[in-house]
Amino acid sequence: MTQFVQQLVNGLSLGAIYALVALGYTMVYGTLQFINFAHSEVFMAGAFAAMVVAVHAGVAENPTWAGVALVAVAAMLFSMVLAIVVERVAYRPMRKSSRLNVLITAIGVSIFLQNVALVSFGTVLPFPEIVPRTAWELGGVRVSLNNVLILGVTLALMVALTYVVERTKIGLAMRAVSHSRDTAALMGIPVDRVIVATFAVGSLLAGAAAFLFCIENPRVDPAMGANIGLKAFVAAVVGGIGSIPGAVVGAIVLGLAETMVSGYFTSTWRDAIAFLLLIVVLLYKPSGLFGRHQMEKV
Amino acid sequence: MSMLRALALSFLAACTGGGAEAPREIVVGQYGSLTGTAATFGISTQEGIEIATTEQNAKGGIAGVKIRMVVEDDQSKHEEAATAVSKILSTDHPVAVLGEVSSSRSLAAAPLLQKAGVPMISPSSTSEKVTLVGDHIFRVCFIDPFQGQVIADFAYNDKQIRKAAILKDVKNDYSVGLAQVFTKHFTGFGGTITGEEAYGEGDFDFKAQLTSIIAGQPEALILTGYYTEVGLIARQARELGFTGIFLGGDGWDSEKLVEQGKDAIIGAYYTNHYSVDDPSPAVQAFIQKYEAAYKKKPDGLAALGYDAAKILYLAMEEVAADPKMAEAFADRSTVPATEGSRKAARTALRDRLARIENFAGVTGSITIDKDRNAVKPAVVVEVTAQGPKYVATKAPLGAAPAAPAPGPEGEPVAAPPVEGGVPAPAPPQ
Repeated sequence: MTQFVQQLVNGLSLGAIYALVALGYTMVYGTLQFINFAHSEVFMAGAFAAMVVAVHAGVAENPTWAGVALVAVAAMLFSMVLAIVVERVAYRPMRKSSRLNVLITAIGVSIFLQNVALVSFGTVLPFPEIVPRTAWELGGVRVSLNNVLILGVTLALMVALTYVVERTKIGLAMRAVSHSRDTAALMGIPVDRVIVATFAVGSLLAGAAAFLFCIENPRVDPAMGANIGLKAFVAAVVGGIGSIPGAVVGAIVLGLAETMVSGYFTSTWRDAIAFLLLIVVLLYKPSGLFGRHQMEKV
Repeated sequence: MSMLRALALSFLAACTGGGAEAPREIVVGQYGSLTGTAATFGISTQEGIEIATTEQNAKGGIAGVKIRMVVEDDQSKHEEAATAVSKILSTDHPVAVLGEVSSSRSLAAAPLLQKAGVPMISPSSTSEKVTLVGDHIFRVCFIDPFQGQVIADFAYNDKQIRKAAILKDVKNDYSVGLAQVFTKHFTGFGGTITGEEAYGEGDFDFKAQLTSIIAGQPEALILTGYYTEVGLIARQARELGFTGIFLGGDGWDSEKLVEQGKDAIIGAYYTNHYSVDDPSPAVQAFIQKYEAAYKKKPDGLAALGYDAAKILYLAMEEVAADPKMAEAFADRSTVPATEGSRKAARTALRDRLARIENFAGVTGSITIDKDRNAVKPAVVVEVTAQGPKYVATKAPLGAAPAAPAPGPEGEPVAAPPVEGGVPAPAPPQ
């Protein structure tokens, strides 16, 4: 039983990080109907920004909570700026092209960014220990400070995101654009600005995910986005791409599934089972767990 | 005829060179992971090879012709290894090729070299499968069946471990093979494997596997993967309350291991090809040269890179004693007429490499056996904050228990094999 609860804690932490990244995929898909494959590299860039700030702003030598917050904010802001630049330079000129062209552009941007990181940093670098690695034993289950931080920050960001999307003017505009971009434009909504805002919010979350990822797994790597990006993308699709609660639920389900498969079945099958889950969900619910069923208009 | 050809060639060479110095050179290829996840492997190896090449060229190269090393980076990716080697083969026409560290990447490129008839020496791929690719593929390190036996022997007999668990990288031929061999020998000694779990290279979350491993209460955890993940695994294992010791193979050998594993990995043991504490003059001379050039202590991969290049140059020198062969080595034209003599030279080189015996390398005495593997001892080292510390030497398979490599007796850092200086973080119950 304690082992099961321990696996539950492990799975939830993993799922929380997937969720933050998955939201970026799902929000961009919601407004632009394309998969932003460069999102995984925005995550990776956030991790490198966090590392650079942690090392050069002296947080590594003298970690304080203010320093930790600075590192987190740096990761989020850098990811956000990068995503906005990518949107402006690579995606906006393609707005009128076919969706396939934008998709290929996204893959190109992803490869480009990964190689820029490879050339500038070369290899895997350690992430300094800025959050103490303490853990508490609660009835045989070990809960670390990182677990608490990961779940706490994720939860807080979810609440903030829900507030922005449901209660603010820009959130309303986002929902309108996601419903029908052309109609929204006709109603006087500045669509381009809303799209930038969508990228900004999605990449802020990816930056936060990168920070949480780094304190838990203290190393940064130019290829680190690929693995987590793929999992987060799967989570978004399982949950129903375009749906915000769907991405979160999909991510938690995937995190738990991976953990339970490794823990109780065999770790060799971890990814196979995770992707089998994707196939099964899509067979029975092609639009994902929370997806809207969309009719193709003729 | 061959006089004429030699004349014509030197004329051609003089023309294209356009300078006072003849641009004749012997090209040797090298591929390795200079960037990417396992970059320290490739960089260390390259540095070791570089020292050997500089030495050889200072002596006048091979039969008076300088060696030029062509280096290609495979970004630590399996598929890139094959691409890198194709590029070297098609544009540089090397006499021989050195590389790779990783068994998976050596296996990706070796078939191309075997097919092209170009001898390859892997400095440090320990998976048995590598040299089975063909008769042109050699290595200067021991193989996993031996390394796995050493780890099992050390765990069972030196550390009195009776219950061990394994966490291996399923995407890595080396890691999977090493885990298999360890299991065979450890259970052969009478030990129990309480759990065997897997991950994939590039994974970051091992807590699920570790939680179920720890539930089996092993005294030691065998991590057969590379340093790239081992550090993280050790930290997560300690966080989940694991108190036993960590053991591994030569894939741990990197300065990054402690950087990533921090306190969690201190006190762990792994098998390696040599130890910097070894007082033998060959080892200390190499360490001195390496430190002068790179301002740091060489790891095992640098030493193996050096030995691989040394053996290659020795064989090349002997083959090049025949002027016709020396001519063929330096001939990089693609004129079909010269193809035959170049092929003959490479075959002669291959045959010479197969006969290497008792070569006094930095990593011990090297003899190439009939499967083109090196027969040599292994050392066990302990991870400390100051770097790897010598613990024991284990003799090669089939050899007498007395190790041929000298132990560092009398060295201040040396400790008797069992009561190692710093104890494991927590003694197994």
